Amino acid sequence: MLTEYAFWFLSFVAIFSALAMIFSKNPVYSVLSLILTFFAIAGHYFLLNAQFLAAVHIIVYAGAIMVLFLYVIMMLNLNRLEEDKKSTWMKFLSVAAGGLLLFVLLAVVKRTDEITITAQAANSDCGLVENLGKVLYNDYLLPFELASILFLGAMVGAVYLSKKELA
Amino acid sequence: MQNDLSHLQDYLPVLVMAFVALGFVVTTMVLTHWLGPKRKTKIKSEAFECGIESQGNARSPFSIKYFLVAILFVLFDVEVIFMYPWAVIFKDLGLFGLLEMFTFMGLMIVGLIYIIKRGALNWD
Repeated sequence: MLTEYAFWFLSFVAIFSALAMIFSKNPVYSVLSLILTFFAIAGHYFLLNAQFLAAVHIIVYAGAIMVLFLYVIMMLNLNRLEEDKKSTWMKFLSVAAGGLLLFVLLAVVKRTDEITITAQAANSDCGLVENLGKVLYNDYLLPFELASILFLGAMVGAVYLSKKELA
Repeated sequence: MQNDLSHLQDYLPVLVMAFVALGFVVTTMVLTHWLGPKRKTKIKSEAFECGIESQGNARSPFSIKYFLVAILFVLFDVEVIFMYPWAVIFKDLGLFGLLEMFTFMGLMIVGLIYIIKRGALNWD
């Protein structure tokens, strides 16, 4: 009963702050709304008894990734208040791309109607740190090791792009 | 119903901590605005009351070096997060677990050596 109320509250906060993110004119307000969305989603993870995921979601996404977003915004020139004029061709292309994405999403949602699995995760322990570790370091060993190669690539790429060539 | 309540009770400390943290911030902000004296003059509301006078506004693009430090921080942050579930079940995994973490850490250290050799963290 309490969980249900918490679910409705968190869903309301998540959807509302996501809409606020899209509709706010100031990009910094967008980032702050996105942080609120992430907190609401972390609350959902708590409801699903996935503590580790919830904690990591707050630390990494709401904390670190959002700092990067703010940095990117601060690298832009925000002194110009008016938006760039976009050509008709550009507008047409963006509508087409958005429509395609909507089509794919609708197709996916339509298919899931046939699957009727009720989430019983609130009482299961699959989200606890110990069980997650057991699965990650036995069954999903290769993705884990590949993640380190991804990190290496990200490090080298970031350094290579932002550092001038040492003569 | 029983399960429902016991599940929520586990998170009571987290909830209490969140409320204390939020409550502290809200209380201090409200109290300082309420208790403090207000004498608003043009000089008082400047960004710096003394020292170097500010030039321009805060909306100027800034150096990419800050971004580089931030993105490297995020990468090593995620790396440490991978070690938490590993540390919890370290004894169950045994030597195999140690070796797989060594492989992971080895690749991360190669990246660290690259960063240091390349002088990416030097503030020149």
